[in-house]
Amino acid sequence: MKNLLILGAGTSGTMMSNALRKALPQGQWNISIVDFEDTHYYQPGFLFLPFDLYTPKQLKRDIKDFIPKGVNLIQQKIDRIEKEKNMVLLQNGENIFYDILVIATGCNIAPEEIEGMQGPSWHKTIFDFYTFEGAKNLRDKLKHWEGGKLVVHISEMPIKCPVAPLEFAFLCDSFFADKKMRDKVEITYVTPMSGAFTKPVATKELSYLLEQKNIKIVPDFNIEKVDTDNNKIIDYGGQEVEYDLLVTVPTNMGDEMTLRSGFGDELNYVPTNKFTLQSKVKENIFVIGDATDLPASKAGSVAHFQSDTLTENIQLFIAGKPLKESFDGHSNCFIETGNGKALLIDFNYDQEPVKGTFPIPGIGPLRLLKESRINHLGKRAFKWIYWNILITGKPIPFVSSRMKIAGKEINTSE
Amino acid sequence: MNEKTLAGFCIRCNDQGYLTDLAQWNKEVAVEIAKEEGIDMTNKHWEVIDYLQDQCRKEVAITIRKVGKSGIVNIKEFYQLFPKGPLKTASKIAGIPKPVSCI
Ligand SMILES: Cc1cc2nc3c(=O)[nH]c(=O)nc-3n(C[C@H](O)[C@H](O)[C@H](O)COP(=O)(O)OP(=O)(O)OC[C@H]3O[C@@H](n4cnc5c(N)ncnc54)[C@H](O)[C@@H]3O)c2cc1C
Repeated sequence: MKNLLILGAGTSGTMMSNALRKALPQGQWNISIVDFEDTHYYQPGFLFLPFDLYTPKQLKRDIKDFIPKGVNLIQQKIDRIEKEKNMVLLQNGENIFYDILVIATGCNIAPEEIEGMQGPSWHKTIFDFYTFEGAKNLRDKLKHWEGGKLVVHISEMPIKCPVAPLEFAFLCDSFFADKKMRDKVEITYVTPMSGAFTKPVATKELSYLLEQKNIKIVPDFNIEKVDTDNNKIIDYGGQEVEYDLLVTVPTNMGDEMTLRSGFGDELNYVPTNKFTLQSKVKENIFVIGDATDLPASKAGSVAHFQSDTLTENIQLFIAGKPLKESFDGHSNCFIETGNGKALLIDFNYDQEPVKGTFPIPGIGPLRLLKESRINHLGKRAFKWIYWNILITGKPIPFVSSRMKIAGKEINTSE
Repeated sequence: MNEKTLAGFCIRCNDQGYLTDLAQWNKEVAVEIAKEEGIDMTNKHWEVIDYLQDQCRKEVAITIRKVGKSGIVNIKEFYQLFPKGPLKTASKIAGIPKPVSCI
């Protein structure tokens, strides 16, 4: 018997355990998966929890419920990988040997990376919404907050779901308007990028949103520290932004397990071939989802598209055949814009988001790069799709892993 | 796409003045772009430019943290060399694309 080991049972690991159990013969391959959590969180719901649009209960399921029969779930913390020995060391001292390893340990916030962020003000006047705790505490804060300067802030790139902070700012606008206190809240969006939108078509199509929602933008802001005595954030160039309530996305980092294993980059991401998903660390180690260092978005939908490439490539690897360079960086995500509307974007490594129809070319029903009510319903339906289709390793109807050109308004003159 | 003559060289760039082909880059062109940004190039500037181009050729996403850990400059020094949005200014002078997010 050979052993395939998956590290992490979040979105990507769970998906791979389902796909690989179907793809690899039971009699030849043992499959195990390790995660220290008991709970599988629906992370996209963390965006809505602060506004009481989802209850905490809707976002939590038992991790066990999604691991298929024939896959062995090990509930332990991973200490490190010893790649020369093809072995993973668990925190309880146990060793697991593998023939093939899949790293799916994701990424998480690291507020300790920014001076002053995680002090006594953490979850009092400074909040994150990228963790279950953060989103829940922020919900409690927003319930009674009386208004003032609200700063929505990205510490540094890359972050998972890069549009979530902008969506958060949009939802704040509707939330406070609904509470009849929009005039008491000044919303500022602070980003290290050169703007809220950086791609040409999106900039042209979407820049009206900030103005319409009266959201001030501070671009090119690379935070150095939080001055909690004076309630302001300060960047390396000396720029300062004052806040009464700071909602930040701290630095995102891969799990320290990769650091202990001796191969993570400066943010603990695993060097990975961007087309095949084989690691650059060793040939029998593969990587998927947020744990990779790929220049693709870190999102559940991306992990879903990657899972097709990875499942095929693991089978090719076992057969001793060349791997397929089939992952094209495809990403597809809804962007909530508030007031019951949303946008949808579909893009890959080479093609920036453009207007068009999705998923059926010329028909839709979803509209790309354009606000609509049906896109919003799509975003809300994503929760059902996530629990019932995505992580169970089933294909999403009409949506292919590789990005489709048909149905998109692509200007080929440039 | 625009064409532009800098230091006697005809180069292609996008609407924001970023070169679209690193192969068209040379030091004379870089000095001209730097001037437009109000920067006088020193040895330290060139070292940073060299590093950024190297990362770009390796297809590594460039972040301010990476530059800070490059061993060439720390982030404060990077700001002193290229004030106001150092990553985008330095990228422009280096002839590589501006760092972008997904939209
Ligand atoms: C606020 C927010 C909104 C989002 N919105 C969207 C959206 O609208 N659409 C979308 O597609 N995506 C969205 N995402 C992103 C999406 O949730 C992630 O990209 C996706 O969950 C990544 O899956 P993953 O398996 O790579 O990582 P994860 O799902 O985070 O799983 C990693 C797992 O590894 C485990 N692990 C890590 N280290 C260890 C260790 N040392 N030992 C044992 N176990 C370990 C963790 O416990 C975890 O279960 C959003 C994310 C956030 C935070």
